[in-house]
Amino acid sequence: MSEPKLTAYLDEFEDIPGTLIFNTQRSRQGFNLNQFCMSLMKDENRKAFKANEAEYLKSWNLTEAQLKAVLTRDWTGMMKEGGNIYFLAKLFSTDGHSFQHVAAIMTGSTQEEYAQMMLEGGRNPKGNRSKSNPSL
Amino acid sequence: MAKITAGVTTSHVPAIAATIDLKKQALPYWAPIFKGFEESKKWMAEHKPDVCILIYNDHASAFDATIFPTFAIGCADEFLPADEGWGRRPVPTVKGHPDLACHIAQKMILDEFDMTVVNKMDVDHGLTVPLNLLFGDLGPNDEWPCKIIPFPINVVQYPPPTGKRCYNMGQALRRAIESYPEDLKVVVFGTGGMSHQLQGTRAGLINKEWDTRFLNGLTQDPVALTKIPHSEYVRETGSEGIEMVMWLAMRGALNENVKEVRRFYHVPCSNTALGHIILENV
Repeated sequence: MSEPKLTAYLDEFEDIPGTLIFNTQRSRQGFNLNQFCMSLMKDENRKAFKANEAEYLKSWNLTEAQLKAVLTRDWTGMMKEGGNIYFLAKLFSTDGHSFQHVAAIMTGSTQEEYAQMMLEGGRNPKGNRSKSNPSL
Repeated sequence: MAKITAGVTTSHVPAIAATIDLKKQALPYWAPIFKGFEESKKWMAEHKPDVCILIYNDHASAFDATIFPTFAIGCADEFLPADEGWGRRPVPTVKGHPDLACHIAQKMILDEFDMTVVNKMDVDHGLTVPLNLLFGDLGPNDEWPCKIIPFPINVVQYPPPTGKRCYNMGQALRRAIESYPEDLKVVVFGTGGMSHQLQGTRAGLINKEWDTRFLNGLTQDPVALTKIPHSEYVRETGSEGIEMVMWLAMRGALNENVKEVRRFYHVPCSNTALGHIILENV
């Protein structure tokens, strides 16, 4: 990989279906949302959040869209608003959920269906490689 | 003189941590996964390293969204298991080797790899799961059998370092270790991977064929693997498959010729294709 042009580098990821790459721009966009998630690494904060989510979220300066996505646990929505899965993990762990639970929701399947797909060897890359060439 | 004797790679799936902590290893889903590491644990118990350098990525635990260091090294006396949202894991505190870590950091910076020195941080599942898999299920009052130097690489915020940069960094890590005067036996871990995607409608992607080629290449022709662009990792192995660049960092620290003494591959481990290999310097 010899000095890739930045635009070409970033554009290649945009061609990959169902995938949001957490680049520096998205990191800027999601900063407050991700920092709110980080606060849930402390037990006293988890307790305060669970006691009154809307009240707890007031001090985090989230956008309307981020706020709505958090309160409705719209995981795809949070990612579109700059959330990163490893930060969001603090929120779904606080809810008592696993990565697999949230992954299933994002694919639109039940956790049972998703777990079964994984047992059968996972999602086949064929047809899932490129938006511009779905036959790949 | 300190000497690298072997390299270990393994996935570091967080569900493995939950399974150990809840003592569910005997469940039919998990038993084959833990069985896959039985021989490796024996190898480690016989190999007896003095120090392990553990290359992993921090999953937004020690580093929040304010800072994403590309290459960092833990120079503290000890590192507590992080609270990732469900309390600290009941595993031993990680004891570092500050003198060797400081030596490595300084040597590598002078060797043009600009390390971030970390004097205080907690370590998450990315570090504690590989320790469990190779050293067993130890409790908070036990001790890991050797010193551990945490070596986090950013693969969370793009762009992470290229595979080639990680490989070259591994070579610099080796030069730094081999210039340390004390006789120490060092094992280098590269963790994360293999194919997995934890987000979006493509979550659950697994590419056994690609993973197998990567495992073969890691042993036989790692330089060819350094040419793989980030977009190929993501397209072929999922957004979190990018973690495999950390395996190349480990490989760069080993000899050109190595002996593969152990390999294990298993699907599924939660959302992930679990891969593991042990390479001895020959």
